[in-house]
Amino acid sequence: MAAIRFTLNGKAQTVDVVPQMPLLWVLRDTLGLTGTKFGCGVGLCGACTVHVDGQPSRSCSTAISAIAGKKITTIEGLSANASHPVQQAWIEADVPQCGYCQSGQIMTAAALIAKSPNPTDADIDESMRGNLCRCGTYQSIRKAVHRAAQLRAAAQLELVGAGKGERA
Amino acid sequence: MKKATKSEAQLDRRLFLQTTAGTAGALVLGFKLGESSAAAQTAPSKATELNAFIAIAPDNTVTLQIHKSEMGQGVVTSLSQILIDELDGDWNKLRTEFPGVKPVYGSPMMGTYGSLSIRTSYTPLRNTAAAAREMLVQTAATRWGVAASACKTENGSVVNTATNARLTYGDLAADAAKLPVPARPTLKTAAQFKLIGTSPKRLDTKAKVTGTAQFGLDMRLPGMLYASLERCPVFEGKVASFDATAAKAVPGVKQVFAIERGVAVVGDSTWSAMRGRKALKITWNEGARAGNNTPGLRKMFADLAAKPGTVSRNAGNVDTALTGAARKVEAVYEAPYLSHAPMEPLNATVLVTDNHCDVWVGSQIQTVAQQAAQKVTGLRPEQVEIHTQYLGGGFGRRGGEDYIDEAVEIAKHMKGTPVKLTWTREDDLQHDTYRPMSYTKFSAGLDADGWPVALHARIVCPPFGGPTTATEGIEDMRYSIANVRIESHAPDVGIPVNYWRSVGYSQNTFFMESFVDELAASTNKDPVEFRRKLLTGQPRMLAVLNLAAEKAGWGTALPAGRFRGVAVVNNIGSYNAQVAEISVTAGKIKVHKIVCAVDCGVVVNPAIVQQQIESGIVYGLSAALKQAITLDKGRVVQQNFNSYDPLRIDEMPQVEVHIVASTAAPGGIGEASTPTAAPAVINAVYAATRKRVRMLPVKAADLA
Repeated sequence: MAAIRFTLNGKAQTVDVVPQMPLLWVLRDTLGLTGTKFGCGVGLCGACTVHVDGQPSRSCSTAISAIAGKKITTIEGLSANASHPVQQAWIEADVPQCGYCQSGQIMTAAALIAKSPNPTDADIDESMRGNLCRCGTYQSIRKAVHRAAQLRAAAQLELVGAGKGERA
Repeated sequence: MKKATKSEAQLDRRLFLQTTAGTAGALVLGFKLGESSAAAQTAPSKATELNAFIAIAPDNTVTLQIHKSEMGQGVVTSLSQILIDELDGDWNKLRTEFPGVKPVYGSPMMGTYGSLSIRTSYTPLRNTAAAAREMLVQTAATRWGVAASACKTENGSVVNTATNARLTYGDLAADAAKLPVPARPTLKTAAQFKLIGTSPKRLDTKAKVTGTAQFGLDMRLPGMLYASLERCPVFEGKVASFDATAAKAVPGVKQVFAIERGVAVVGDSTWSAMRGRKALKITWNEGARAGNNTPGLRKMFADLAAKPGTVSRNAGNVDTALTGAARKVEAVYEAPYLSHAPMEPLNATVLVTDNHCDVWVGSQIQTVAQQAAQKVTGLRPEQVEIHTQYLGGGFGRRGGEDYIDEAVEIAKHMKGTPVKLTWTREDDLQHDTYRPMSYTKFSAGLDADGWPVALHARIVCPPFGGPTTATEGIEDMRYSIANVRIESHAPDVGIPVNYWRSVGYSQNTFFMESFVDELAASTNKDPVEFRRKLLTGQPRMLAVLNLAAEKAGWGTALPAGRFRGVAVVNNIGSYNAQVAEISVTAGKIKVHKIVCAVDCGVVVNPAIVQQQIESGIVYGLSAALKQAITLDKGRVVQQNFNSYDPLRIDEMPQVEVHIVASTAAPGGIGEASTPTAAPAVINAVYAATRKRVRMLPVKAADLA
């Protein structure tokens, strides 16, 4: 056991667990943040995707010791009240069916539009193909990623217009 | 995490009951741990139950009991639409809950399977809601001293049509509940529907985009421990002996013990339990099934298909008609075992005490879950509570009892401590109850003009889930052929099998619709024209076939390298035709587009129908193009999504859905589109390559 410090959804966090324990199980079992899902345990399905210093990462295959000092964002910390453009677009398109994979889909999509503000279909294929959905919501996901990019651009214009500058 | 003592756990449970009852109000069903997030908004106080499905609070909030499991098919939303529409309730003041097991929620089984939810609930729920509406109207009429006919309802209120005075349902519910329940309430006409036939936003979306929707796997209880179970890699095998020394040395591991199906490791986190499990040393008694392997099973099935089987349909005289036919076509089709692989691995959280058992689980059949827990604990039904959570996919898998048996047995060993059993993905693929492997030999006779006069099918398929499951899709095919004989063999080879989305149709429609295509091709007939002629007198089949063909531009030119294929089926009370558009490059199939026409009778929510069609197609395509479960030395070879890979977003075709307007009784939708996806694509592959793929999944060698 060793105390490991990191930033979780904007707040300082310390956990005292076995250093090899995957971030996924620290989030779910130790800290009670169950929005991040277990799907395969070996980085093949994307259900466990969180952001580590802004990069989409598979929390099931990331040892807690490797995230000391880093900034972690989970679905619970993506926005207050589902206001992130990806969540807004997901709501508009009613993307989820069973919904189990959607935290991971949303975290991957959020990282995509942060990096590629106007993603092409090929960009979406490239970024999202690691996220499985057994309900087959892919057509809605594609539509919603494009819409999220529009919403994000519109929000930024608004902020610029209001003199608040570029948002992260 | 400290281990809860028995008394602490019991205390926690009692406290929780009190707290929950306190917030939920005494008259709404009490213990609702892990209720749906749509329902997790502030609970109304003093709601009055008008019946088993509807409770109304003074603030006019309506609480609905959703007696079907939500596994993505939108049932929370669609059942709410039916109830609120017929009640004339306020859609914006709606809560939902998943109730416990009661006969009123399904008898003899409370469960969600067979694409039956709307089919079996549509009229009963309308009657239930209409009766409640009439009780509310009568209460208002009595208060105003007018006839009920002088009142109307709208949006959660009764209106006095003479004075425009208005009483909310919340004002009326407590008195209305005292009235007798009308036996034959007057239902709305279709023209009066406000919600049925429309697509309001799904009620579960917000919870599912914020990570707050509670699935079974998200269950947490004070003092809860976590379990992982090592099962014999060979079906029906047992533990001979085991050494737990190394497992017990893993940090966080609390207990290691054998149960019926294997060796359980209980720890203070899912990970410690899984890690402890990896350190187990177990000697198995592998039993009689250790010799099973896929090539051997295929040979066994082929040998059986050479012998006469049990006849389940026999019209005319097939042998005479085959002998006299101008042309004979024969073919053998095969489909593999398939795993369901829902995204949420199987799990159940259980607390067993001396006289009670709570099971928190996403089950498709709550009655099965309850019976499983009773069998293990010896408790009576009223001592076993099933707390339904959201299901991270079902597809038939979550109707099983195996994962519940195991969890209850583990919790019984840990009496007084809640334990969550989590399956790994490897467990899921290697210990599923599979879609069975199947082998079908067809013979058909054609007349001089190329029209079929005889069809003979001999089906070899392990028995599962009912008398017609192995033959449905062939035996009940709709084509007009004078002489038909369907025979089958049902070998039990010791590999657990059960329902898989669309059940027998999942393989048999591929077989049948491919073979029909072969018959058309044998005399160069157009596949759509050929089917049209054989479906004379089948108006609903013809309508979907024609609509799909028209919308897909059947017969019109395609870009170079693109080809079309068609398939049509009648299953689960619905009709479905698909036209696939594909190309084949370097032994790889690309599905560009699927146009689907569906007639599922009255539609409650068109957007959800569209979702389910897309979903069923992806499920069918994953199997057709990529997936098989195979066996070697009695063990399932596939381990995780690298060897059992579902369709991914870059492989997703454009799906276009056309719904036939209908006033017929509702059909099913969850399993409607799965059967036709494979044959539509494979028939297009034939158009592209002149290669007939008769075994799924498609392999590059089949196309070379």
